Amino acid sequence: MPLEGEYLDMPVRVDELDRDHFEFFGHCGNGELRLQQCSACGLKRYPPTTACPWCAHPDSTWELVEGKGTLYSYGEVHHAIQPVFREFAPYLLLLVELDEQRDTPNPYDGLRITGNLATSDGDLAPPELVGQVGIGTRLRVVFKQIGEGIALPLWCIDEDAEQPAEPWRYPIE
Amino acid sequence: MDNDIDATAGKHLRGKYAVVGVGETGYVRGTDCNTRTLATRAVRAAMEDAGLSNLEVDGMLSYSNNDSTTSPLVAGDLGIRLNFYMDVYGGGSSTEALIGIAMGVIEAGMCNTVAIFRAMNGYSQVRIGGTGGAGTRAPLSGGGLFGRAYGLMSAGQMFSQSFMRHMYDYGTTPEQVAMVKVIHSEHASNNPKAYYKQRVTVDDVLSSRMIVKPLHLLDCCVETDNGTAIIVTRIDRARDCRHTPAVIQSVVGRCSKPRADMHYQAGPISTVAGHYAKDILWPNAGVGPEDIDATGSYDAFTFTTMLQLEDYGFCKKGEGGDYVSSGVTRLGGERPNNTSGGHLCEGYTHGINMVIENVRQLRGDVDDSCPVGPDGKRQHTYDYREGGCRQIENCELTANLGWAHPGTGSAMVMARGG
Repeated sequence: MPLEGEYLDMPVRVDELDRDHFEFFGHCGNGELRLQQCSACGLKRYPPTTACPWCAHPDSTWELVEGKGTLYSYGEVHHAIQPVFREFAPYLLLLVELDEQRDTPNPYDGLRITGNLATSDGDLAPPELVGQVGIGTRLRVVFKQIGEGIALPLWCIDEDAEQPAEPWRYPIE
Repeated sequence: MDNDIDATAGKHLRGKYAVVGVGETGYVRGTDCNTRTLATRAVRAAMEDAGLSNLEVDGMLSYSNNDSTTSPLVAGDLGIRLNFYMDVYGGGSSTEALIGIAMGVIEAGMCNTVAIFRAMNGYSQVRIGGTGGAGTRAPLSGGGLFGRAYGLMSAGQMFSQSFMRHMYDYGTTPEQVAMVKVIHSEHASNNPKAYYKQRVTVDDVLSSRMIVKPLHLLDCCVETDNGTAIIVTRIDRARDCRHTPAVIQSVVGRCSKPRADMHYQAGPISTVAGHYAKDILWPNAGVGPEDIDATGSYDAFTFTTMLQLEDYGFCKKGEGGDYVSSGVTRLGGERPNNTSGGHLCEGYTHGINMVIENVRQLRGDVDDSCPVGPDGKRQHTYDYREGGCRQIENCELTANLGWAHPGTGSAMVMARGG
């Protein structure tokens, strides 16, 4: 059975044959951020792939990660192309670097996950939250249920974390 | 096993092939025909420019994002019997890559002379950003959940994180990067066929509306309708063609960072594919960035020009902001970039118009407003004021730096033929 749902008026369907995505979003549906970990070299990876990007081994297991990280970079969309996003502009395109596996296996490598800034309920963030976030902000994953057994991972400000005094933001507001 | 390119060997194709013909339609918004007609007009213009008949072209290559016509139709329309053709998927890193393929298939004895075209109604039919297209309404499948579900679709949205991180890593400023547009607009003001001929200022760029931070509207290229073509053949045949050949010294095709699927995983993300491509481009050409008279660094955005010039070694890593705002890249400067106005101002073609421009620069015959003399050649004044000349004096060597995305790029060095 495919995973089916709807998000912002967009129908969603992930087929079982698309096995790596099927598994990833199924775990999200259970409220868990799980990434593939290579059975041979032990490195985790993102996004889901059909073999290991470092050693080419085909086998992996799905391992739970903490889902906390630091904002590595971002874009801030003011001109939304997709009509469904217009009411949420400006919205953030985040690149969140997880605490796990930083600078591994090479310097500057990392598990960098894409997503939007959301409230702790998983709704797209209002402008006052968008204006608080910059490079260095500590974030945690939040799941937005979009169907039976499927959720979309998004990111919210980690209220329990120590935050930088002034996260780096584009110099012109 | 080491899979580095051995740049000390295999240089036997340096100087053996040339671009002998270039052709284009106008760069417009509001096309009067389909892509098949655009391609036919452009290839025909390139054949005429080269002085070749339809019986002397026997190979064809094209690239598109499934938004264009194909070689068999264009060849059929022009009475070209093909010994080789291929229509490939792809955008901005294709021109130089396909030139390399053309050299390879001619070298393999599969054909003699190859026409390469890109025809697109990039404004009137399929707009690259996907604005209003069917792609914004199709159901989200597995892969789409990493993109469209996050409102992450257009090129500007996909590249924004690399651009922003460069500002963070190196202190690059919006004012520095805006100078790319300012300078390309100056060049376009001397290009009668450019879509945007109006000169702009840094303030104009920074006060234009924000699209996706750090990109203002004027940091983004124009979308236009156009057909463009070039013809590649062996140097011995090139000498029989109408113009001074633009001789290919080195070519790099779709060279990529690790994880071309998701290059943000391999860092630093403020480094782009040129970092790898430079180690093929320069040794195979036998020259370095300091030897180049003009660059054609892909300007889908102001930032793409800067990032590539930096990673190909025209300045130190991190100093791209200084380089593009210093005046070096301006006509009259040490190494002008995109003298036609490029994608920001002339028109959007996925890279091929910047190769066409450098071919004309090497011939000493860019199509500016300078008067044509009795010998039929343009009498260039080298006065680069608005509406004037855009020919570089003594242009001997050019570099084209093509861009698909931060993780993939192509490049080429050409020299003026003897």
